[in-house]
Amino acid sequence: MTSTKRKSTYWTGVRHGAPFILVVTPFALLFGVVATEAGLSIVETMFFTITTFAGASQFTALQLLGDNTPTIVVLLSSLAVNLRMAMYSASLTPYIGGAPLWQRAFAAYLTVDQSYAMSMLAVERYPDWDTRDRIGYFFGVVTPIAPLWYLMTLVGALVGSAIPAGFALDFAVPITFLAMIAPMLRTFTHIAAAFVAVVLSLSLTFVPFNLGLILAGFGGMITGAFVELVLDRRKEAGHD
Amino acid sequence: MIDRTSLWIVMILLAVGSFGLRFVFTDIIGDRPMPSWLLRHLRYTAVAVLPALVAPMVVWPAATDGMMDAPRMIAACATLAVGYFTRNTMAAIFGGAVTLYSGLYLLG
Repeated sequence: MTSTKRKSTYWTGVRHGAPFILVVTPFALLFGVVATEAGLSIVETMFFTITTFAGASQFTALQLLGDNTPTIVVLLSSLAVNLRMAMYSASLTPYIGGAPLWQRAFAAYLTVDQSYAMSMLAVERYPDWDTRDRIGYFFGVVTPIAPLWYLMTLVGALVGSAIPAGFALDFAVPITFLAMIAPMLRTFTHIAAAFVAVVLSLSLTFVPFNLGLILAGFGGMITGAFVELVLDRRKEAGHD
Repeated sequence: MIDRTSLWIVMILLAVGSFGLRFVFTDIIGDRPMPSWLLRHLRYTAVAVLPALVAPMVVWPAATDGMMDAPRMIAACATLAVGYFTRNTMAAIFGGAVTLYSGLYLLG
């Protein structure tokens, strides 16, 4: 009885994860192409994509490595892009924290925007699920995503050099990033954080070693936190 | 050309670090609540770091040797606008790509 239900949460996850094929395929292809254009071998590209498994930070690292940024700054900037994963992990903990260590370790590796977002939606939609149902669903959502991410990176790496310069692939990375950022601008607070980060990033180009990026990131985060606090206080004051 | 030593250092440490970021809270913090000031900052990491990263690429594109470029700038704005109003990443990429190619064809 319970095992049927378990199986069904896994398959529900697979069904809910399937539409992300449309998002993951072009993004992975693009990473394969950009990586080989940057001079990475197929083995290096695949090693990178399988071990890190976090597209945005992989693009960041490639971009900065190409700019001859010091290694430590490349690393810190790429990790900063992944800081949101720490937040995902923290907010998933109450729901899957009770699972065995090996499952939690796998879930950690497979924590991406999609698996996190779908799992949090499922928390609201299916309040009666227990930890095992939830982790089953989580693994279901990533089942169509992860293998495809590897496979399409490989395809991109194999065909990459065949794409002519007229396609302006240089701009594929900024467009992809902008397309991910825009839907995140949900509230005034998010827009304020992004705006300050952009202004700082453009005005701090004189800071050596691309450290301006990290300062701009911190500036944006502090702005977001500050505006949120101010708006919350104002709302509370309004209710009293 | 990317330096091989830095590449491998970055790849290995980024893999370890990314896993660490995804695992540390689940494993070490466990069910204990995190301080709210930390969560409040973490909420805005993606929305701060990604725009900071992308802004110089848009304003001073590498392909034009850092000269501001109308087709690329317009395409960037179109991507943002489509993404903002549709809340759909794929639609935004598509809108941006179409704008970029039309712009390069008409203006380039």
